[in-house]
Amino acid sequence: MLTIKNLHAGIEGKKILKGINLEIKPGEVHAIMGPNGSGKSTLASVLAGRKEYEVSTGSVQFLGKDLLDLSPEERAGEGLFLGFQYPVEIPGLSTTNFIKTALNEVRKYRGQEPLDAVAFLKLMKEKMALMNVDQSLLSRSLNEGFSGGEKKRNEIFQMAMLQPKLAILDETDSGLDIDAIRIVANGVNQLRNKDNAVLAITHYQRLLDYIIPDVIHVLYNGRIVKSGPKELALELEERGYDFIKSEVSVED
Amino acid sequence: MDTMNDINSDIQKAVMADYKYGFVTDIEADAAPKGLNEEIIRFISVKKNEPEWMLEWRLKAYRHWLNMEEPSWANLKHPPIDYQDIIYYSAPKQKVKPGSLDEIDPELRRTFEKLGISLEEQKRLSGVAVDAVVDSVSIGTTFKAQLAELGIIFCSMSEAIQEHPELVRKYLGSVVPATDNYFAALNSAVFTDGSFCYIPEGVRCPMELSTYFRINAENTGQFERTLIVAEPGSYVSYLEGCTAPMRDENQLHAAVVELVAQERGEIKYSTVQNWYPGDKQGNGGIYNFVTKRGICKGDHAKISWTQVETGSAITWKYPSVILKGDHSVGEFYSVALTNHYQQADTGTKMMHIGKNTRSRIVSKGISAGFSNNSYRGLVQVGKNAANARNFSQCDSLLLGDKCGAHTFPYIEVKNNTGVVEHEATTSKIGEDQLFYCNQRGIDTETAVALIINGFAREVMNQLPMEFAVEAQKLLAISLEGSVG
Ligand SMILES: Nc1ncnc2c1ncn2[C@@H]1O[C@H](COP(=O)(O)OP(=O)(O)O)[C@@H](O)[C@H]1O
Ligand SMILES: [Mg+2]
Repeated sequence: MLTIKNLHAGIEGKKILKGINLEIKPGEVHAIMGPNGSGKSTLASVLAGRKEYEVSTGSVQFLGKDLLDLSPEERAGEGLFLGFQYPVEIPGLSTTNFIKTALNEVRKYRGQEPLDAVAFLKLMKEKMALMNVDQSLLSRSLNEGFSGGEKKRNEIFQMAMLQPKLAILDETDSGLDIDAIRIVANGVNQLRNKDNAVLAITHYQRLLDYIIPDVIHVLYNGRIVKSGPKELALELEERGYDFIKSEVSVED
Repeated sequence: MDTMNDINSDIQKAVMADYKYGFVTDIEADAAPKGLNEEIIRFISVKKNEPEWMLEWRLKAYRHWLNMEEPSWANLKHPPIDYQDIIYYSAPKQKVKPGSLDEIDPELRRTFEKLGISLEEQKRLSGVAVDAVVDSVSIGTTFKAQLAELGIIFCSMSEAIQEHPELVRKYLGSVVPATDNYFAALNSAVFTDGSFCYIPEGVRCPMELSTYFRINAENTGQFERTLIVAEPGSYVSYLEGCTAPMRDENQLHAAVVELVAQERGEIKYSTVQNWYPGDKQGNGGIYNFVTKRGICKGDHAKISWTQVETGSAITWKYPSVILKGDHSVGEFYSVALTNHYQQADTGTKMMHIGKNTRSRIVSKGISAGFSNNSYRGLVQVGKNAANARNFSQCDSLLLGDKCGAHTFPYIEVKNNTGVVEHEATTSKIGEDQLFYCNQRGIDTETAVALIINGFAREVMNQLPMEFAVEAQKLLAISLEGSVG
């Protein structure tokens, strides 16, 4: 589904990603862990097409298309979703209106008719129940004055509404209490099926108690320095990132 | 009717005798020649079959105007306006005044349809009465009979002068005197048409009253005059929509709107203005110098102005409220959007005179391109205006870094029981916001539209439903191509 080959990228002349290789197949859940500043959010931004980031070399294939050739909105249309680490606020724009616009724009990209008000409402109701999201939250301006947890839940709610092929979740678990993490994980697990994939960026292994990954990658200093099964998370939790750092510096 | 015609032909003769220049002898002419002088004013008055007091009123305004100077205090730049290079009267070629919409010149109807405001559609939209003004002559009025049953008068100003001279005489110039300011004086001298609304005591107008203005013939200044009177305990919501086609030359527009709300009377006045703003290089476009003022004459009266201003090369406009009655309320809700080389200097004046008066100002300025957008507001609390309250919120949103947003709030408080609050913010549409929308599949243009409509929502919410939808589209259209 997603094939990243030797991806180098940076911003304002600063090299951040230094040769990422990653292959994600339909139905898989991958986790990316790593210390702060190692380039996790940069990878997410580059995949989503944020234009401030320059890709110097490398290629990314997504569902048979050259992802780097597509605009951010085309990537969304192709089924790529990014749950932001820091979701933005748009004052005065109701969350419902925003999601409806997003859904219909994505449908338009796919040559589908826009959802009428009735169908949209039905879908909303269904996903609201699933994600434990309240109507009052959706009537408010997009993310404006939302608590950290509300913002993250809103991200996952949008994911549920848009039903992407690949969901990249950038520290969606940060700042959430354990109940909220369960809800978020539940939402992600509901989306999981043989055709969809998830790339979960996280700092802590506790999310991975609820979203069981097929593979865990450790990103450090712009490179994936270690990949392994879910048990790797436990090892990281126990020993910290320092052991990775020491292993890497030996390799360097 | 016959006597009226007789009187008019007498006036006509009297006026004709005065003509020094030859052109006006051709009384069938559809347009006056360029330029402004007393003869032109007489010509207009004759064309419109006006009573003598009206002509005198015009001439007085004109003579005063001659001694006035164009104001220069606004944050606006434009080449000098040549008032002698303007045609002050032109009428669409129509033999008889139409009794119904079907009699209207199909060419004019097509123009309306192109603008998306076909009268046919408007007619079908039950609940909306339309008084359309093309150039200087009112060409169609609907729903009149329905309104007449309630004693509501809704007609063109020309017709009001003929049919309800006592009302016009009583109120015309009572809020904006003919000598009020340079552009108001000019308007008073040469206004050609506009709307007149009169809501009798205790009547709640059952529909939105709506007028579409549009500038048609080339080089024609448009000088509308609108007067709305709400008698005690009455209510009316009035919509003014404006569109003008592409045009290279600058066109002067100087309208005057007067509102009178008696005790417990309420007037809600909404405008969507999208006249030709000039091209991307700043050539052409309408110069819009408007005087809008309302008076809350009686206690508990209320006047609310809502405006969405996206058009014109230059906008000079300060819809104001004189809060004379005790407990009266004035409101001003505004969205002003400027793009390319447009300039807007707009705001309001709230003059608190009565006791316990309240006013609320919500101004949202959106600037893009190389444009300049200024809010200019004055809140005045007179010495007898005990317990006056004002709240002002002025927000500016910038798209790009070549445009300007300016806020000029003036406050004059002469009674220390007054509470005047002012808040202002300036923000930019962030790359973060755009990227967030893009990531959800929303292209940048649509994203900008969502963001600015969110920004303007508090004002948009004040508009009647069908108008709000149109206004939202308009904001989006006005910013096309300005980001990304
Ligand atoms: N917009 C930016 N401008 C400059 N440096 C940046 C920018 N974004 C990220 N970086 C830098 O790139 C590195 C990786 O950041 P990031 O991808 O956010 O890491 P992570 O998500 O793993 O914590 C950090 O050193 C960070 O300071
Ligand atoms: Mg990060």
